[in-house]
Amino acid sequence: MDVGIVSYGAYVPRYRIAPEEIARVWGADGVALARSLAITRKSVPGPDEDVITISVEAARQAMDRAGIDPQDIGAVYVGSESHPYAVKPTATVVAEAIGATPDLTAADFEFACKAGTAAIQTCMGLVGSGMVKYGMAIGSDTSQGAPGDVLEYSASAGGAAILIGQDPVIAKINATSSCTTDTPDFWRREGAQYPSHGGRFTGEPAYFKHTLRCSSNLFEEMGTEASDYNFAVFHQPNGKFPLRAAKKLGFTEEQVKTGMLVREIGNTYSGAVILGLCAILDDAKPGDRIFMVGYGSGAGSDGFDITVTDGIEKMPQKPAWKVWNQAAKNQEIDYVTYARFRGKIAMPTGA
Amino acid sequence: MAIPRFWREIQSRYNLVGTRCGNCGTLDFPPRDVCPKCGRKSVGKMEKVPLSDSGTVVSYTTIHHAPKGFDGTKPYLLAIVELKDGARLTSQIIDCDPADIAIGMPVEATFRKLGQDGASGIIYYGYKFRPSLPATEET
Ligand SMILES: [Zn+2]
Repeated sequence: MDVGIVSYGAYVPRYRIAPEEIARVWGADGVALARSLAITRKSVPGPDEDVITISVEAARQAMDRAGIDPQDIGAVYVGSESHPYAVKPTATVVAEAIGATPDLTAADFEFACKAGTAAIQTCMGLVGSGMVKYGMAIGSDTSQGAPGDVLEYSASAGGAAILIGQDPVIAKINATSSCTTDTPDFWRREGAQYPSHGGRFTGEPAYFKHTLRCSSNLFEEMGTEASDYNFAVFHQPNGKFPLRAAKKLGFTEEQVKTGMLVREIGNTYSGAVILGLCAILDDAKPGDRIFMVGYGSGAGSDGFDITVTDGIEKMPQKPAWKVWNQAAKNQEIDYVTYARFRGKIAMPTGA
Repeated sequence: MAIPRFWREIQSRYNLVGTRCGNCGTLDFPPRDVCPKCGRKSVGKMEKVPLSDSGTVVSYTTIHHAPKGFDGTKPYLLAIVELKDGARLTSQIIDCDPADIAIGMPVEATFRKLGQDGASGIIYYGYKFRPSLPATEET
């Protein structure tokens, strides 16, 4: 039987900050930065939000849509590079909050921005082999850049949950393909608060090399080309990289625009490509074919070839759930509020 | 908060699990061992039940002088919420400007951080309520 997407859920925090506001504090040229990153604003988690709460919100939405018994979920995996605990899995809290405990397996995944797609692949394997009935794969982040660093202008927050199973699927996953190399483009050492990156090194030898190779492999495996797909979505660390990759592969802007959330919400890291997929599923019709390729620094890419089924028409939908509505609904904050929300102001009690 | 106590309350704090009295049917939150109306007659008859995750604001107040650990979010709203099934509970109301809250306002449960034991201690999660999101397209 086919393995595919049974349900999905998305969550984007409501607060936003613009590159111009961040630049104002650091004496940088905000207009130029916004243009070079092609980002108008980025999402900011509230003071009581983190990867655990974002993951729970996304997972609960997926459960509300699916209407399945949570006890039938045999695996919960959460991919993130900003888990609240270094030791104590995010997945345990998520599993409890959706009522899937105690008879299941759960773990946290880590692979920069592609830990969520790695979770999807793992769930596909478990479901396909009959080890579990349903698997919940989540990509979620509340990433931070060091104050004043170029990453601070784009690193944002959001998450998405994909429920993998066999019956009934709203979208069949036809194939998945990956590539991985040891590439030091971006890293964070244990105990370090903020990540480090290789500057210009993050483009050609990292993002583009893996994204393009993984895409070409998937085309070859499936015997397809860009024009065979209705939608394409790529990891989106800024507004320019995914468009350039799409163009090189022969995709038009029309195919890419539905899944391109980065201009409105910034780079949601592990959430990014999966949120893009959710935005596409919000709009997709039976028979639509989706090309999705994520990227994670370090480095690697996971690609998916997906066909939407008739099941999508029976999927419950609410305006408040739609990813683009969540992206559009926003409350702009200034840098001081942002710094307070993100714990960038040292409090005497550590509160 | 003590870790054992929080751990015992995880089910009710995450998923709004309360109790129903087997004698008179009253719903209580947080869960009780004995029904306040029936007393001894309810002993052994208190059943754990998941409560509705939406309701309305019955009463509210704005907190300006927050206890330690909540300084970063003040002012914030605290309300008594009556759930659709009739149970009442006290909850913080989020995603709502203090000027916009009103008695009778529909609210729904969300999952948020409630607090933490300093920078290296356990993090407590559970319900807070927010204004209900519209079920149909806004115009
Ligand atoms: Zn009673």
